[in-house]
Amino acid sequence: MANLLAIAKRTRAWACYDCGKCSATCPITRAGGAYSPRRQVLATNLGSLDGLLDSSNLSACLTCMMCDLRCPAGVNYTELVLRLRELSFREGVEPECPHGGVLQSMMRIMAAGKTKQDRLAWLTGDLKTSKKEGEVFYWTGCTMFFDALFPELGVNTLEGTRAAVRLLNRLGVTPVVSPEERCCGHDLLWNGDKENFERLAKHNVKLVADSGAETLVVSCAECLRTWKLDYEPYFKGKPPKIVHLTEYLAEHLGELKFKHQDEQTLTYQDPCRLGRHLGIYEAPRKVMAALPDATLVEMPRSGKRAVCCAGGTWSNCDRFAKHIQVERLLEARATGAEALVTACPKCQVHFRCAMKDPNLKDKIEIPLRDLATVVLDALAE
Amino acid sequence: MTKTQTKQAKATAAKDWNPSIVVFACNWCSYAGADTAGVSRIQHQPHFRMIRVMCSGRIQPSFVLKAFEKGADGVLVSGCHIGDCHYIFGNERALEQFAKTKEVVHLLGLEDGRLRLEWISAAEGGRFAQVINEFTEQVRKLGPSPLSADSDGGQ
Repeated sequence: MANLLAIAKRTRAWACYDCGKCSATCPITRAGGAYSPRRQVLATNLGSLDGLLDSSNLSACLTCMMCDLRCPAGVNYTELVLRLRELSFREGVEPECPHGGVLQSMMRIMAAGKTKQDRLAWLTGDLKTSKKEGEVFYWTGCTMFFDALFPELGVNTLEGTRAAVRLLNRLGVTPVVSPEERCCGHDLLWNGDKENFERLAKHNVKLVADSGAETLVVSCAECLRTWKLDYEPYFKGKPPKIVHLTEYLAEHLGELKFKHQDEQTLTYQDPCRLGRHLGIYEAPRKVMAALPDATLVEMPRSGKRAVCCAGGTWSNCDRFAKHIQVERLLEARATGAEALVTACPKCQVHFRCAMKDPNLKDKIEIPLRDLATVVLDALAE
Repeated sequence: MTKTQTKQAKATAAKDWNPSIVVFACNWCSYAGADTAGVSRIQHQPHFRMIRVMCSGRIQPSFVLKAFEKGADGVLVSGCHIGDCHYIFGNERALEQFAKTKEVVHLLGLEDGRLRLEWISAAEGGRFAQVINEFTEQVRKLGPSPLSADSDGGQ
């Protein structure tokens, strides 16, 4: 009870005046799910745990932050869900991972830190990296694991990771890519497992600090959120400058030379972590605008209004998530763009999965590309 | 305890150490194969716990990783021979799932020898015993999993 009161205060849940905008804007509620952010806020304010920690309810939230942005009373709804999930994890309620918990096991094995991972086999000979020290640390994220786990979806997130290193090389940077990197712990944190998250956070913060890097370039939107917001208590001394790959590219656009290509139209999926969580909307658009023969056509719901890929935190995937993905892909197709570009590997995994629907395939399939690969293809030799 | 004594105790413990192995077996072939080994009174190594599933196609990466996460020293996945699946193609699905599992286990840094896939039919009691003996020896040589409580911390 005392916990709940503290959570209500901290997240401003008490400020709710029951207008219902959160539920009106929630992608899950709109898709017909039983879940409602408004009910969750009101239940918190009532101070009763009855039904509040029900995992089918709590894990249904995409944590996409759409409701936070709409709320006129400034309730930090997404943080409320985070705190409630921590509480529920302590009570022994765990979300049911749609992949049987394989990703959670992976993360916990990494958190235990007793094995030496073989995570750099994707590095090809032409990529220049350093293993330990350097000015720029490139944070790969767990793309090698996604590609290993979802080959049937045609997931190729490593392509984006390689492109990122190649782009840094072209800018004259030899980034640190460390075999000791571990999962950032984003999903464990959002599943409520704070203990294992802390293990990962402490290891990763030390790893980057020991490399002496002044800048940390991250290409996964979820890792970036974790580094920028959730690792804050673990930094000792001055933290490195943490930027998304698109921000780094936007800063150094003048040093990149582009070639002429066939004209192409692109549309862009704002990852929820990059957009609403961190407010990074401009950098990826600036980078795309710099490509000489590419035109960006926005989807009606873009920027702050962009719809999430409906698969965050590996704790929710149901018919409502599928519905959201299908609608989003229809929206992307309706722009007439030749490719849907994103800046988060998770979006790729989830959209590719949705595109496998045999009944809808012809209507929703669209080439899905990582922004880094699009930029790399446009570079002059 | 002095240092020498601790060393000696550790050496004895290592000699007496038995691996903890998890065996996944399908209901129709491998589990029945284990049963055949039992009723035929074929002796084999006993250091495994068997988990029966209806079909080897059910054994997803998450099953195996959970076993390793909880400290298993080895995991054996078994099912009907290709072509003999009770559900026609379940073991072909098992092959796909196993390939993914193997890659993830490798990426995570566990030795490849801790994971194995074998087809064992209901009639192959002898083969079941042989596979169990071989695999137990293989895992014993690798020693405790770095993730198990018996391990001294790995790395």
